[in-house]
Amino acid sequence: MAQELGSFLERRREQIAQRWADTALFRTVFTVSRDEAVDACKAVVDALADVARSGRLEDLRAPGFDTVRDQLGRMAASRAKSGFTPAQIAGEVAGLREPVAALLRSAYEGTDSAHAHDVTLSLTVLLGTLRLVVMETTVSSGEELIARQRQQLLEVATPVIKLWENIVAVPLIGTLDSARSQIVMESLLEAIVHERARYAILDITGVPTVDSLVAQHLMKTVAAARLMGAECVVSGIRPAIAQTIVHLGIDLGTIVTRAGLADALAYALAEQGIAVSPRPVAGASSR
Amino acid sequence: MTAASAGQGDSVPVLALGDVLLITLRGELHDGEAERLQYDITHRIAHNPVPVGGVVIDISGVEIVDSFLGRVLSEIAASARLLATGTVLAGMRPAVAMTLVELGLTLPGLDTALDVGRALALLGRAPSGSSPAHAEEGA
Repeated sequence: MAQELGSFLERRREQIAQRWADTALFRTVFTVSRDEAVDACKAVVDALADVARSGRLEDLRAPGFDTVRDQLGRMAASRAKSGFTPAQIAGEVAGLREPVAALLRSAYEGTDSAHAHDVTLSLTVLLGTLRLVVMETTVSSGEELIARQRQQLLEVATPVIKLWENIVAVPLIGTLDSARSQIVMESLLEAIVHERARYAILDITGVPTVDSLVAQHLMKTVAAARLMGAECVVSGIRPAIAQTIVHLGIDLGTIVTRAGLADALAYALAEQGIAVSPRPVAGASSR
Repeated sequence: MTAASAGQGDSVPVLALGDVLLITLRGELHDGEAERLQYDITHRIAHNPVPVGGVVIDISGVEIVDSFLGRVLSEIAASARLLATGTVLAGMRPAVAMTLVELGLTLPGLDTALDVGRALALLGRAPSGSSPAHAEEGA
C-alpha cells in the first residue's frame, strides 16, 4: 500500500504542489513568488513520496523526512521569530491534506473501495507523521531561539557601574540563578581590579524574591570581593525579602547592608572620609 | 640588611620594606614550600632586628590557590597575630577569589587589599601621595 501511495505522490506531485501552494495558509509562509512556493511544495511532496516508497510511514527517522526537516526548519525558524506558535505552523502544513485527499479520491473513483480505503489510510498515517515532524522541528528551533536569547540576557543584564572614585555598584534586576550569579561575580571582580575599587555595592532593589540559594550566592560574591580587598555593601533589601531571609534563618550578619543605593553610596563615601555638602546658592542661602 | 632567609635553596624571598615584611609568591607553590614559608615568616617576625610592623603577602603572581595554601595563609596570619603583627593578603586575582569562595575558604580574619600599595596603606604605611590613612580603619 505504502509503495502504491509513493508512486501516486510521485505521479501527481505537480498537481499536488500547485494546489497546495494555492491554499491561503501556505502562501503566507512563503512570502516570495508563487513559483518558489510551488518548488518548495514539490520538494516536500517528493520527500513524502520517498518516505512512502521506503514503507516507513510511521518512522520519524525515515531518510525522506530529512528534506522535509530542512525545508520546514527554515520556514519554522522564520515563523517562530515572528511569534507564531508551533500549532499555527502545523496548521499551515495541514493545508496539504485537502488537495492530496481530493486527488486521491478522484484517482480511485470506481475502483475497489476496500483498496482505495487502504491507500487513503496510508496517506492519513503519512500525514500524521509529517505533522509530528513539523511539530518537532518547530519546537527545536524555538528552543534554539530561547537559548540564544537567554545568553544575550545574561550578557546585558549585569552592568557594573563606577559610582565614584573607588566605588563600583551592580544593580541586580530579575531572578538570580546560578548562571547569573556567576556572571555577576565575575564582572564585579573584574571591575574591582579595573576600577581599583575599594567598595562594591550590590543593589538588589530589582530582585523579586530571595531564597536560600540566592542568599548563598550573595554571600559568596561578598566573600570573593573581600578576598580581593574590597568591601561589599548590599542595598535595597525590600521588607518582604528581609522577612523571608529571617524566616529562612539565613545569617547575613557579616554583611554590611543599607536601605537604598543612595545610603550605600553615602556609607562608602563616609568610610573614605569624603563629605558631600550642598553648594552655596547665591541669594537663596540662609542668613 | 635583608634578603631571603639564608641558605635555603629556592625558598620564597622575604623582603623588608622599612619595618614591613613583603613576601611575593609566584607561580605554583608546593606544599613543602608553603610550610617552610610559614616557618620562615614566624621566625623572621620573632628575630627581626627591628620590631615588625606588618606582613604583606603579595599573591598577584599566583594563579592557583588550593585548599592547602589557603589554610597555610590563614595560619600565617593567625601566628603573626599571636606575635603582635598584622598580615595583609594583597593582589588576589578574580579567578582565584572565585575558586576559594567555591571551596568555602573565605579566609576569615585575614585582611585583604587590592595590591601592595593598598596593603601598605592598610598597615598605616602609606606611600607618599596615597589616600588618607584614617580611611583605612574600617576595612
